[in-house]
Amino acid sequence: MSRYPVDLGAAAWDYAPAPESRAIARLAPGTTGRLFIGGAWVEAADGATFATHSPSTEEHLADVALAGPVDVDRAVAAAHAALPAWSALPGSERAKFLFRLARMLQERAREFAVLETLDNGKPIRETRDFDVPTAAAHLFHHAGWADKLDWAGLGPSPRPVGVVGAIVPWNFPLLMLAWKVAPALASGSTVVLKPAETTPLTALRFAELAQQAGLPDGVLNVVTGAGTTGAALVRHPGVDKVAFTGSTAVGKDIQRALAGTDRRLTLELGGKAANIVFADAAIDEAIEGIVDGIFFNQGHVCCAGSRLLVEEPVHDLVVERLQRRMATLRLGDPLDKNTDVGAVNSAAQLARIAALVEAGEAEGAQRWTLDCALPERGHWFPPTVFTGVAQSSRIAQEEIFGPVLSVLSFRTPEEAVAKANNTPYGLSAGIWTEKGSRILWMADRLRAGVVWANTFNRFDPTSPFGGVKDSGFGREGGRQGLLAYLVPAGQQGGIDG
Amino acid sequence: MAERTPVLRTAKLFIGGAFPRSESGRTVPVVGADGAFLANVALASRKDVRDAVVAARGAQPGWAGATAFNRGQVLHRIAELMEGRRTQLTEELEAASGDVAAAVEEVDAAIDRLVWYAGWTDKLAQVAGGVNPVAGPFFNLSVPEPVGVVGIVAPQRSALLGLVAVLAPALTGGNTTVVVASESRPLPAVTLGEILATSDVPGGAVNLLTGAVAELAPVLAGHLDVDGLDLTGLAGLGDADGIDRSALEAAAAEGVTRVLPPAATEPDFRRTPRGVDRIMAFCDIKTVWHPKGP
Repeated sequence: MSRYPVDLGAAAWDYAPAPESRAIARLAPGTTGRLFIGGAWVEAADGATFATHSPSTEEHLADVALAGPVDVDRAVAAAHAALPAWSALPGSERAKFLFRLARMLQERAREFAVLETLDNGKPIRETRDFDVPTAAAHLFHHAGWADKLDWAGLGPSPRPVGVVGAIVPWNFPLLMLAWKVAPALASGSTVVLKPAETTPLTALRFAELAQQAGLPDGVLNVVTGAGTTGAALVRHPGVDKVAFTGSTAVGKDIQRALAGTDRRLTLELGGKAANIVFADAAIDEAIEGIVDGIFFNQGHVCCAGSRLLVEEPVHDLVVERLQRRMATLRLGDPLDKNTDVGAVNSAAQLARIAALVEAGEAEGAQRWTLDCALPERGHWFPPTVFTGVAQSSRIAQEEIFGPVLSVLSFRTPEEAVAKANNTPYGLSAGIWTEKGSRILWMADRLRAGVVWANTFNRFDPTSPFGGVKDSGFGREGGRQGLLAYLVPAGQQGGIDG
Repeated sequence: MAERTPVLRTAKLFIGGAFPRSESGRTVPVVGADGAFLANVALASRKDVRDAVVAARGAQPGWAGATAFNRGQVLHRIAELMEGRRTQLTEELEAASGDVAAAVEEVDAAIDRLVWYAGWTDKLAQVAGGVNPVAGPFFNLSVPEPVGVVGIVAPQRSALLGLVAVLAPALTGGNTTVVVASESRPLPAVTLGEILATSDVPGGAVNLLTGAVAELAPVLAGHLDVDGLDLTGLAGLGDADGIDRSALEAAAAEGVTRVLPPAATEPDFRRTPRGVDRIMAFCDIKTVWHPKGP
């Protein structure tokens, strides 16, 4: 019996369109993006370019330089040239540049939010309230570290790791940039950043910010391009450390490429997080957490709560209330301030999502998809929930990276732990229960780098983030994250030297 | 009266708390610095490595789940029992190197290193973790957790101190281990296994294999149930020894295994370790969030 009748459609209020102005993004037709190397804007050596499009309208946004090996080599050389002076600068002076970047990003927050939404397809509500402010917070937090490195935990006067090759994904382009650039610059390292192919624009705009801030030439270099650009960067012998966020498959490739080189590596890879709801949970709060866990950023989140594990007695209740809540989600124009679910980032990603959803149906899971109108142009996938999902099903094992939730049930905490841990991934997990001792018992046993209890998808510059198992190694954020960019003073010849 | 004939020990592997011979039935003679025969040791096989990984995986939750205080006591107990076997350990080291003074010094340092790490078990979380002041109404706590099963290639020259210097930190963090002992000087590792068997270390937490590094290391590196790989013992080894370090690290990538690479030459393990670096090499930080509210 249904205690909470699902009344699809009527639950959602109608809102008048409330579009954010795209003019503030300063993206005139014919805009081109060049590489930012050694403080100068340059074309690719071979003149190659690629186009970036709006995922929501498929409109051509800009042509951007496609960096090849020659350009990557120049960028690494520029980063090396800038390293001695930047690392010798007193930390208190480096800090001021980072504070400048944080403040200037806050000043131009609205512009960055709109630009990110245009290029990525995610709702303006998220870029405005999450991506940009959190990126600024990361810069601000790490600015304060620059003159306090002696307290990072490696003893006095740690050295910067050197030239950092940073490769960031398309799901949080600016925020992932900040996660890598902020600790690198604070440590005294210099950076060659390669943004994702489908989302290069905010990184280029950030380079403009660096110019305005007077950041010394070569401290931050941005090489836009494709997978080949990233491959050239991680294989460049002048790169001392690679910081990568992206897929597990590419992460493994990078680890292989660096094998035997002594160059340092941190990997923040995929996930298949279990969001575990016990019968005693505050169900309405849990529903909000479930929705935030899987539909935030269209589910393009490595730590998305893509597997919902519900204790059997409340399984049907949770599914009903979830569907009722989902009926209020507004999918559409990402620039509309009322939009909850934006566009899928690319046609390729949409095809991957569709293929896995098809596999889920073929394997016998029951599909429920929000009945909502999809815009005619652009890449869209409606929020979808699968129930009756087998533990072995592809939609319970593989990262979908889209707005698709797989629901499984459990009877005991032990079973919840066993199911939650039963994937190759280990990035994040969620627990919903009012019982404190159970939260801590579960948190000890869940194989995940981040555990959210009675909340989900929370991030903070002071809070280390990163995974275990196939979700990668290394942390980003906080003191622990900073360590990846530092070497103990006098260390030679490895960990014992 | 006729001179008494000593009873010789059969040197075996140490897997899952038991002392099997290699499943392959193979052995290899060990000779001392003077070239004299010392013993036949088991020449472990690929399957012995796999058996050892299974044992280590089985022991991992129990070892990691023991209280930090308990793990500290167990590590200290190893040091206690090493004191009792110091004559044997010293003789084995001396036979391998021909240097009695160095052997005495090495046993002392190995015992002291275990005591040093024993004291770290219940301090690591405070030093490496902590409460994070997030900008919101949340309690946010970071703690180090073991990566799981760590495969270790132990140092080749420093057959006891080097072994303890790489094994103890992995155990301190809560990992269980599969160790490939020094290939040319394996006897101290065989004896350490016998010490471990009676020192409250859970069976399977430490598995010690003797044999050919070039044969065993690739199996360990490519094993998908190995979470961490300590290649310290490859220092100084290369093509001539049948060791391809790059290939080993590349094999580890398939399992996204954390790798601690070797130095160019074997480090001087007599130096006090630098803080918790070696422990944290095989720990990951786990961060737990919870809302605050009335």
